[in-house]
Amino acid sequence: MGMRTALFDKHVDAGARIVDFGGWDMPIQYDSLINEHHAVRQHAGVFDVSHMTIVDVKGPQAESWLRYLLANDVARLKETGHALYSGMLNEQAGVIDDLIVYRMAWGFRLVVNCGTREKDLAWMNKQVAAYDVQLTERPELAILAVQGPAAMHIVMDLLNSKGASAEAVQVGSLKNFSGAEFGSWFIARTGYTGENGVEIMLPNSEAPGIWDELLAAGVKPIGLGARDTLRLEAGMNLYGHDMDESISPLSANMGWTIAWEPADRDFIGRSVLENQREAFKRGELPVLSGLVMEERGVLREGLRVQCTFADGAVKDGVITSGTFSPTLKHGIALARIPSGSQNAVVEKCEVDIRGKLIPVRLVKPGFVRLGKKVFE
Amino acid sequence: MSDFPDDLKYAATHEWLRLEEDGTVTMGISDHAQELLGDIVFIELPEEGKVVDAKQEISVVESVKAASDIYAPISGEIIAVNEDLADAPETVNTAPYTDGWICRILPSNPAELEELLDADTYAGMCE
Repeated sequence: MGMRTALFDKHVDAGARIVDFGGWDMPIQYDSLINEHHAVRQHAGVFDVSHMTIVDVKGPQAESWLRYLLANDVARLKETGHALYSGMLNEQAGVIDDLIVYRMAWGFRLVVNCGTREKDLAWMNKQVAAYDVQLTERPELAILAVQGPAAMHIVMDLLNSKGASAEAVQVGSLKNFSGAEFGSWFIARTGYTGENGVEIMLPNSEAPGIWDELLAAGVKPIGLGARDTLRLEAGMNLYGHDMDESISPLSANMGWTIAWEPADRDFIGRSVLENQREAFKRGELPVLSGLVMEERGVLREGLRVQCTFADGAVKDGVITSGTFSPTLKHGIALARIPSGSQNAVVEKCEVDIRGKLIPVRLVKPGFVRLGKKVFE
Repeated sequence: MSDFPDDLKYAATHEWLRLEEDGTVTMGISDHAQELLGDIVFIELPEEGKVVDAKQEISVVESVKAASDIYAPISGEIIAVNEDLADAPETVNTAPYTDGWICRILPSNPAELEELLDADTYAGMCE
């Protein structure tokens, strides 16, 4: 038996098929992955993501420590509740993990992946030694992600039904990537689906009741299977697949998460990353690209991507995450595409599926946003 | 619970077979197999006219989660293929034993049918 979240019995009650996920017994799907996927794109779904690790960061040097620990810069979080996405890099600029950091009234809150929990905590504890900072894991908190076009209204209605009308108004006015704390609850407009919605962190003891109320309000429970197809349609990375410690964030479409300015901010991995940045500009590093296969079929992680360049060179890339897009009804993927010499462009791209080369198109990572196709 | 019709034969690799009155065999994948795979989104259909050996790979069924090879349970010639599955692969989920059939085989060695599993044996294997 693995570890269980406060909602394990609720998953079983809802008919979930349970699988081991990083040591946790988690729902992979309830009735149908595709139905669950569509529920989030068309109405609202709830995900139990309590297996993810919450680490609260407090102390007089919390901000200066995080500015050293993370490639993105928490000084950009101007107001309480604001959030940003960042890589946590090692000295070689490999990605130890990706995470969300929120500025809280009392410090910062990090949410890191469950599969990397131990190495993340070990790394943080090692790096924090010289700082006046306290790290506190919060296993007593559950996380519910409520996502979909109807999610905001449903959460506001739920708060209103509890007499929390002021809180409902505040949640309704949250901008994307910001949150608000209400006692032991924290509600933020973040997620992993490319839809509107919130993530609610709340005490484990209160999670089953809220779960029931969400389901009664027409929110569908969503398993990890649809969580993966939704995030991939949204073009979002999955740690351990699209990047890891051997990959530069620049080759994982994470360049936008690196705060280069101010130039005198020293963060772990910066000096190596500066060199990689120059190499990337010269076109010497691989690029994480989107792939679209309009023929019927499914793209899978690990498949070889044969790239033919304008100068005639042929090089192999690899799919790092692939699936069948339930929204678009064709194969989509993220793939690490090699660079051409002297910036030669890729003229033809084919995926090797069981020995057959199937043509695919290279697009920017990101396929569906707010229910609509977003690539050309 | 999965359905295991008594009038069918089964292979350990999760295909079902029905011996038709004309001596041909219709085959597909079992209810248990489609449940394990989940939502099926693509089927690489067998090649009509191809002569195959028992246990030879003839088709691939892909769900969102996984790709699964389909094997010929018996030797023979593939004489018909369910082309409807090209546009509606999900039929294998909704009707694995009827409209979700995959192909028909003209057996070259009918004795091989005896080596296949009956419903109870196969159901026991799937527990």
